[in-house]
Amino acid sequence: MKKPLLLVALLAAWSGSALSEELVVYSARGEQLVKPLVDAYRKETGVDVKLVNDQEGPLMERLRAEGSNSPADLLLTVDAGNLWQASKRGLLKPVKSPVLDANIPAHLRDPKGEWFGLSIRARTIFYNTQKVKPAQLSSYEELADPKWKGKLCLRSSKKVYNQSLVAMMLADIGPVRTERVVRGWVNNLATDVFADDTKMLEAIAAGQCEVGIANTYYYGRMMEKNPSLPIGIFWADQAGKGTHVNISGAGVTRYAKNEKGAVRFIEWLSSEKAQNLFADLNMEYPVNPKVKPDPRVAAWGPFKQNLINVANAGTRQAEAVMLMDRVGYR
Amino acid sequence: MSAFLEFDQVSHAYSQQTVVDTMSFTLVEGEIGCLLGSSGCGKTTVLRCLAGFEPIRAGSIRLAGQTLSLPGHQVPAHARQIGMVFQDYALFPHLTVGDNVAFGLRRWSRAERLRRVASLLDLVGLAGLARSYPHELSGGQQQRVALARALAPRPRLLLLDEPFSNLDVDLRSRLSAEVRAILKQENTTAILVTHDQHEAFAMADRVGVMQAGRLLQWAAPYTLYHQPASRFVADFIGQGVFLPGVVTGPACIETEIGEFCGAVPVPFDVGQRVEVLLRPDDVQHDDASSRKAVVESKVFRGSEFHYTLALPSGRRVLAEVPSHHDHPVGEPIGIRLEMDHLIAFPAH
Amino acid sequence: MPVSSLRWSVTAFLIALLTLVPVLVILSAIASPDPAIVDHLMQHTLPRLLVNTFWLMAGVGLGVLLLGVPLAWLVALYDFPGRRFFNWALMLPMAMPAYVLAFSQLGLFDFTGPFQTFLRERFGDSSWVPSIRSTPGVILVMTLAFYPYVYLLARNAFATMGRRALEVGASLGYSQRAGFLRVALPMARPWIAGGLTLALMETLADFGTVAIFNYDAFTAAIYKAWFSLFSLPTAKQLASLLILLVFVLVWFEQRSRGRRAYTQAGRGGRAARLPLKGVAGWVAAAWAALVLTLAFLLPFAQLCLWAWRAMEGEWTGELLGYVGRSLLIALIAAGLVTALALALAFAVRRAPYGMTPLWARLATLGYAVPGTVLAVGVFVPVAALDNFLIDGLGRWLPEGTTAVFKGTLFVMLLAYAARFLAVGHSAVAAAMYRITRTQEECARMLGLTGWRLVLALHLPLLRGGLLTAVLMVFVDVMKEMPITLMTRPFGWDTLAVRIFSLTSEGDWERAALPAVAIVLAGLLPVILLSRQKESL
Repeated sequence: MKKPLLLVALLAAWSGSALSEELVVYSARGEQLVKPLVDAYRKETGVDVKLVNDQEGPLMERLRAEGSNSPADLLLTVDAGNLWQASKRGLLKPVKSPVLDANIPAHLRDPKGEWFGLSIRARTIFYNTQKVKPAQLSSYEELADPKWKGKLCLRSSKKVYNQSLVAMMLADIGPVRTERVVRGWVNNLATDVFADDTKMLEAIAAGQCEVGIANTYYYGRMMEKNPSLPIGIFWADQAGKGTHVNISGAGVTRYAKNEKGAVRFIEWLSSEKAQNLFADLNMEYPVNPKVKPDPRVAAWGPFKQNLINVANAGTRQAEAVMLMDRVGYR
Repeated sequence: MSAFLEFDQVSHAYSQQTVVDTMSFTLVEGEIGCLLGSSGCGKTTVLRCLAGFEPIRAGSIRLAGQTLSLPGHQVPAHARQIGMVFQDYALFPHLTVGDNVAFGLRRWSRAERLRRVASLLDLVGLAGLARSYPHELSGGQQQRVALARALAPRPRLLLLDEPFSNLDVDLRSRLSAEVRAILKQENTTAILVTHDQHEAFAMADRVGVMQAGRLLQWAAPYTLYHQPASRFVADFIGQGVFLPGVVTGPACIETEIGEFCGAVPVPFDVGQRVEVLLRPDDVQHDDASSRKAVVESKVFRGSEFHYTLALPSGRRVLAEVPSHHDHPVGEPIGIRLEMDHLIAFPAH
Repeated sequence: MPVSSLRWSVTAFLIALLTLVPVLVILSAIASPDPAIVDHLMQHTLPRLLVNTFWLMAGVGLGVLLLGVPLAWLVALYDFPGRRFFNWALMLPMAMPAYVLAFSQLGLFDFTGPFQTFLRERFGDSSWVPSIRSTPGVILVMTLAFYPYVYLLARNAFATMGRRALEVGASLGYSQRAGFLRVALPMARPWIAGGLTLALMETLADFGTVAIFNYDAFTAAIYKAWFSLFSLPTAKQLASLLILLVFVLVWFEQRSRGRRAYTQAGRGGRAARLPLKGVAGWVAAAWAALVLTLAFLLPFAQLCLWAWRAMEGEWTGELLGYVGRSLLIALIAAGLVTALALALAFAVRRAPYGMTPLWARLATLGYAVPGTVLAVGVFVPVAALDNFLIDGLGRWLPEGTTAVFKGTLFVMLLAYAARFLAVGHSAVAAAMYRITRTQEECARMLGLTGWRLVLALHLPLLRGGLLTAVLMVFVDVMKEMPITLMTRPFGWDTLAVRIFSLTSEGDWERAALPAVAIVLAGLLPVILLSRQKESL
């Protein structure tokens, strides 16, 4: 009888048990963007937050495989499409929290309450200031106009940011018009699509192309390093529905061991004191309307957001991907 | 007959170390030569110079009137039409026996090639194994494949580098006779390198003894055995002992077991102290002889006994004695010397 | 079957299970297709991806042969200026993860990079420069990343039998060139094929490089199905196809060798190298220098430059922690994988008939599976086992236990084993091949059996092969990312994990410092590896 007991004791020691309050976060957001928040939270509340970093796909697979024995309390990731997907696969649990409802505008959280946006990532138009006047620009759709032929740069359609952009466009203007737009973009490309936004912005600066679409924080990062780059930011669709925004956000996992703690953590992240840290680390925009963006970010001027619910990024993502495949947007 | 292969005053060195030192020999077409020496004496380097793998520092190598090597100039190895059987055979593991043998025949027509391969496999006794792979054969069979491959393109000269060293003794003696027969049948001029004198004697028409990069003697086996040109050669070839003596006449030497006179004069002054080479077959058992030696040990060889005998002075001589003369150890027996060639060297 | 060989067959089976379980988890998806997605992929992406993958394989295959084999031949047989340096330096690209090389090359040679910028500033135009973000570009970069596999194995083969091959050829009337083509090359074929197989498996499984180049290879379809279309089953089906493809490839190579055997009885490697005099020598040196510069020196310099710029933010005490953990994990994994490879090679030797060789083949399949997919294949069964254990033993376990094996070093190491067994096995098996049956029998006649036989005979004779295995696996694990991400215990962040964290938002310049650290940590093993006489 001795052996099994020993084995059990060993297993118990191995798996360990939590004494002080512990929170396990599965995070697909860059670690250096999350770690300072976790440290600040620990300092303030004494809660030990453990971070597990990986890509969102493997993290979701992990949650699914672990099922009710998952140690995770919280899933933190970028892009509403990913959060919507986690929710659809039953990995998250709905949460009711007046604090969150107050802090986060309705279009930036799940209508069912399974996930919540914590920072805003705007995806808009950038241009070479030596070749393009802002007056020539207007909307995403207009970049499909033949006048931009050989002048447009885009990032790969494999990146979820572009998939979400097209998905939201599907929701806004319907499949027929969307397909025409994306086809127009592809026809206007100056060079093969880029694997990341930074490289694409560099190409605009170097004059390989004149306009392109990117997330604002990449622009911020580049300009901070080299303020003299001839790249300008243009808020797209201001005359229409507004600039496309996406979120990074979080949801409580379905089998969270510390559900209350998880909700408290999300509430804290959406609070005024944490919002700046959350958004500013990556030059994103706070979701909480009471919080002002970082001065570097504010300098790009105010803009009108497209108020369509970001959940559309998820519901129509597969459709968007297939559309882009069809028209040859790689 | 004029010389077919002329190896003339050739020297070779690896960086500063001289490996072959002003060496010369010649070979007539169809003859088999052999370089004999212990390992490191430079014999393999001679083969490599002949093959064209190594440049020479001095001298010249000529084959059938064509100059192959001069210092600073050499016909490339592949253009020499010289074949080689390597010590480890170096068969191509990825090719069948037949393809191995046909490897050097790429310019031949298909029909001729097939005919040549078949006849060679027949010649080396491997008919029917053309489709086997080398690793499926025994050591002796691999050896024959290597020989057939080297012979196939009808080389002007065949080089054999310790060809039997990987084989057991029995196979070695059988194969060396066989290979000689094959070479003679193909009328191939060949040079063999070995450290085994039995192999050398069994195969070669001419044998050279090498030491430290020098060729000490180049002669027919019989001559080498019975008329060694130096004490080293005498010692290296065959068994024997040196017995001190004094020159008593133009062809006569006196030793502790009597005075011998040879047919040919010895190049020494009367009264000079010399050492005489006694081969085991020079010492005959003769019960009638008054000169006695004590049997110290004996080895039974079937048809004969190989005795080690102690002379009264304590010096030892070797004797081959027909095996019906069975004497126990410790018994004194009568001996008599019978020599055609008196071989003597100045005493140390 | 005798009892002992049955035991070895079971051992081989158990080791193969390490790879088989994850692979079967992946293959199991074949039964549950997702028709809408499959249709879409078939219609719009798969045909092109297959064609792309074909060209990528053909291009990289040809590229690594054209680069690796002649360089190996030069270095092994000839003397030219700098030969001793190039001998090991040409292995250096192995220390750099392919995705790092890709990013750095793109940084150097794309339109916005210093090379084209210089051209524009100097001559006003760089549009004539062919784009590196193209099929030839990605082939070139992957060739530069993977040629060391072919170089290493071919060089070692040529060093032991190249000179002899030339001499045999010459004695049969073949010139040096013909001797190389007709004798040395065919004789070195198993070694060259071994290196080529490793390079092609890396190419097939690669995702990082093709992603950076936005080149739509087969892995891109797998990731698209998973991450963009949220259909892991479809991703697994595509991965299954990939596994089958590799299996066919390996099987075909194996079959085409047939009854041929490649062991060398003797070695004729003692002769001096042939000097390449004058211009020829300098051309050889220049060629080797060009390859080395493009594949390593230039990209590494670029990385160092970035690292220098990002030094301020990244040079913290934590970096040492990442380095330490990377080294530790790589070392343990290398030891484990080599031990398993040794056991596998032994099993094949002791039970060379029946199923054992098949188990050995299967055990090495993991190398061709994209890391992320294999990571899921490992994680799913481990999580299932954990759930089973927790449900069954729940009473005895502390309240709230969520993991038994999950998130332990143990599982991470097993996952590495599943992925890198092919690398370890090829080195150990080749060394084992050189030990003759008679040597073993002789030792047994002298009374050595079991572990004493292994210790006294095999380990000393296999030392070279084992060291090669350890070094190659070490370098591979240092570079590995997806399995580490998926299976590492809390807090076990390595350099590769750090790179992932920094690059998930495209901040490659900041990732340069950990990337430099990976390269530096890999330098010593790679140099040691290049000094190894025996490998594969």
